Amino acid sequence: MGIQTPNGFNLDNSGQRIVVDPVTRIEGHLRVEVNVDSSNVIRNAVSTGTMWRGIEVILKGRDPRDAWAFTERICGVCTGTHALTSVRAVENALGIMIPENANTIRNIMQLTLQVHDHIVHFYHLHALDWVDVVSALSADPKATSQLAQSISDWPLSSPGYFKDLQNRLKKFVESGQLGPFKNGYWGHAAYKLPPEANLMAVAHYLEALDFQKEIVKIHTIYGGKNPHPNWLVGGVPCAINVDGIGAVGAVNMERLNLVSSIIDQMIAFTEQVYLPDLKAIGSFYKDWLYGGGLSGKSVMSYGDIPEHANDYTDASLKMPRGVILNGNLSEIFPIDLTAPDEVQEFVTHSWYKYPDETKGLHPWDGVTEPNFVLGPNAKGTKTNIEALDEAAKYSFIKSPRWKGNAVEVGPLARYIIGYAQGKPEFKEPADKLLTDLGLPVTALFSTLGRTAARALECQWAVHQLRYFQDKLMASIAAGDLNTANTTKWKPETWDKEVKGVGFTEAPRGALAHWVKIKDGKIDNYQCVVPTTWNGSPRDAAGNIGAFEAALMDTPLADPEKPLEVLRTLHSFDPCLACSTHVMSPDGQDMATVTVR
Amino acid sequence: MGAAVETFYDVIRRQGITRRSFVKFCNLTAASLGLGPVAATEMAHALETKPRIPVIWMHGLECTCCSESFIRSAHPLVKDVVLSMISLDYDDTIMAAAGHQAEAILEETRQKYKGQYILAVEGNPPLNEDGMFCIDGGRPFVEKLKEMAADAMAVIAWGACASWGCVQAAKPNPTQAVPIDKVIKDKPIIKVPGCPPIAEVMTGVVTYVTTFGKLPTLDRQGRPEMFYSQRIHDKCYRRPHFDAGQFVEAWDDESARKGYCLYKMGCKGPTTYNACSTVRWNGGVSFPIQSGHGCIGCSEEGFWDKGSFYDRLTTIRQFGVEATADQIGMAAAGAVVAGVAVHTAATVVKRLTSGSHKSDS
Repeated sequence: MGIQTPNGFNLDNSGQRIVVDPVTRIEGHLRVEVNVDSSNVIRNAVSTGTMWRGIEVILKGRDPRDAWAFTERICGVCTGTHALTSVRAVENALGIMIPENANTIRNIMQLTLQVHDHIVHFYHLHALDWVDVVSALSADPKATSQLAQSISDWPLSSPGYFKDLQNRLKKFVESGQLGPFKNGYWGHAAYKLPPEANLMAVAHYLEALDFQKEIVKIHTIYGGKNPHPNWLVGGVPCAINVDGIGAVGAVNMERLNLVSSIIDQMIAFTEQVYLPDLKAIGSFYKDWLYGGGLSGKSVMSYGDIPEHANDYTDASLKMPRGVILNGNLSEIFPIDLTAPDEVQEFVTHSWYKYPDETKGLHPWDGVTEPNFVLGPNAKGTKTNIEALDEAAKYSFIKSPRWKGNAVEVGPLARYIIGYAQGKPEFKEPADKLLTDLGLPVTALFSTLGRTAARALECQWAVHQLRYFQDKLMASIAAGDLNTANTTKWKPETWDKEVKGVGFTEAPRGALAHWVKIKDGKIDNYQCVVPTTWNGSPRDAAGNIGAFEAALMDTPLADPEKPLEVLRTLHSFDPCLACSTHVMSPDGQDMATVTVR
Repeated sequence: MGAAVETFYDVIRRQGITRRSFVKFCNLTAASLGLGPVAATEMAHALETKPRIPVIWMHGLECTCCSESFIRSAHPLVKDVVLSMISLDYDDTIMAAAGHQAEAILEETRQKYKGQYILAVEGNPPLNEDGMFCIDGGRPFVEKLKEMAADAMAVIAWGACASWGCVQAAKPNPTQAVPIDKVIKDKPIIKVPGCPPIAEVMTGVVTYVTTFGKLPTLDRQGRPEMFYSQRIHDKCYRRPHFDAGQFVEAWDDESARKGYCLYKMGCKGPTTYNACSTVRWNGGVSFPIQSGHGCIGCSEEGFWDKGSFYDRLTTIRQFGVEATADQIGMAAAGAVVAGVAVHTAATVVKRLTSGSHKSDS
């Protein structure tokens, strides 16, 4: 049966239904069902968040200064970004101004996360969609070395290096215990890399695994640990002392040098390994430009990385901000997160209940009452689902919309907006990459474009890290050691009833928290997160979300092994614990529970 | 099979473990599975011939911080753990396979490695809505968890979620998320709490088993004694400031810049059993207190529901100074109780009488 969606997709669920559950190499639990026609082209896509944790109801009645720790535990992959969003929301509500140094250190924390997340995503969550590990066994180490040296001056590139690595890999495979590589789609027709490129990529998979643990040490220095570093309403918890008694117990010269040295390593790895790999791998897949979905139509970014403390205007934000609708790159709409008619969440196809499900609700007035029911055409039973009924409710993810529009968020959205704004720091690297690959600008609207934007953003971020670390050093040199504003630390100093909103650009896209504080306690807390935008089910009007849109019209080489589905889903870097945590205080009846 | 591949047995023999200890380990494991001596012999044979112990790593309701922490391990490097020490046959966060190809591995492991695999659990099962607040492969996660636990040799509970329940189980626990020992009753469970646990503690626990061929000694709460028997406070480098009555009074004050004790800012180090102040984090770079924030007690049961992270520990009951978790458990049984405030006051009084400068208000 054919359905035309308002956002321009033709859905037909008459062909063979293919279920991928669990979708692996993501954060959390995701299920995807697609219908393919007789030529194995995807004609219908259904994306389902299959977990729900209820963090926001747990926050009700708690100290708002603690909220960062709770919301940080929404996600351990994009660790810290919810905490940053939370302290910003609480500071916005309470009217707290943070010191410049705190803003700088927070930017360093957030940029460090971006770099870590992008590198781990590319090598450990996404690469195996493009790289055939088994094929690497038949590579010629000498030719691999030549390939590596032709694209980069990264020192780990000798024939002996690749030979040793290949031998280790052979021994591993010959053991018969393939570990995480077991049952992969090895030998699949959609893998296009020659064995040498595969071997090089596997080497960098392992190098990136070693290196990512170095990146996060910046979080450890300023936040005490990673995952889940510590944050503070009013600033940052780490004090600075570079020239006095007790400096060894604070951020001192040795600590600052360690941060600086790690930033140098991040720049080197990104520019000598990640980007050359992206280009090399991309060059073999430049004919595979599926997966654009909403990216060529509607994208959104809240912006982030404020140059100046407490200034969240477009001019201060170094990451671009705005909304593009219906592919019109010449018009960029401003965003007001406090406007009741802009960001709204719908639950028509989500496992929640609204008094009126034809309407969306702004997060400050959000309602979330779980309502797990399968549609009449679902197959299987309630506790053994074989196929979902997308005409009914089918996901624990809500459907957030901007003025009723389904939008894509994430690195590609940010790059499209930055590109459309003509900002050279986004436009020029994108144009250069496209030229190097011999692709038109429209090629950005694809799975490959999403993956490429992430790499370009990583490069932007490592240089921003250098910028902000230098800025911190200059501030310290000028005698400013302040890291926290404690004038409104005590609840007695707060107004009786306030509300606020905080936002960031998480690695996966636009993230905001809305908080209401009453009598010193949290009265309402709502998060709308990137994977809620991207992974959303259909809304009341029938618009499909970004995951679903991106899967449409993609041909599968072998429906039994839907590698192409994974490739496109992974290009969004899905984070399901983030997207499905939602519950408002209105779902109070959930507090009375029955244990089986 | 490659001739050069070392088996589990080879590895532990090289570490000096006797054949006798190895056989005993197999017998105990078989017994814990309710299996007879024949199964123990089969198990021994498998461990002698199979190169690496299969590990099945399942995810319930969680945030994946445990996996992220695990891959931060500096010694051993996680690539060496995965390539040379264990066989991580299932872990939805990193595995190449998806969908039914991934599901097939679970069934194959249960059959092929009955009683020989380790089940590592990150996150926990929600019991409300027939378990369907966490769906995996169309079914309740809790069912799959029980199935995989039934044939496991031992179970590792990663982090605060699997060990205690963590944030989704904080009041009012809307999904009725429970720690895994509420649904797995007949298996040894090693609890490795923390949100997340320290990377080297995680790999330390795994490699202890693969190196010495036995499970680590656990305290009465199921935690490895080697990492969880002492409080952060006991080994904190800021402890001398506590004893001297030198405290941070406000964020970023002069005392904060001198690295004084964070007790008055709500630090839960005095009641938290973990290795943060000794092993430290991320290759030993720092730990929360060193970076200026108090410990929030993330390895303790129910730490989300013990008041604000910035409330001083005056109301929480505390015991003697240098005691282990089990000794304190014993003390509790005997109702020998002292408050942390008393402990503070006592040390400060001592300072004052010897002519110190500052009192604990």
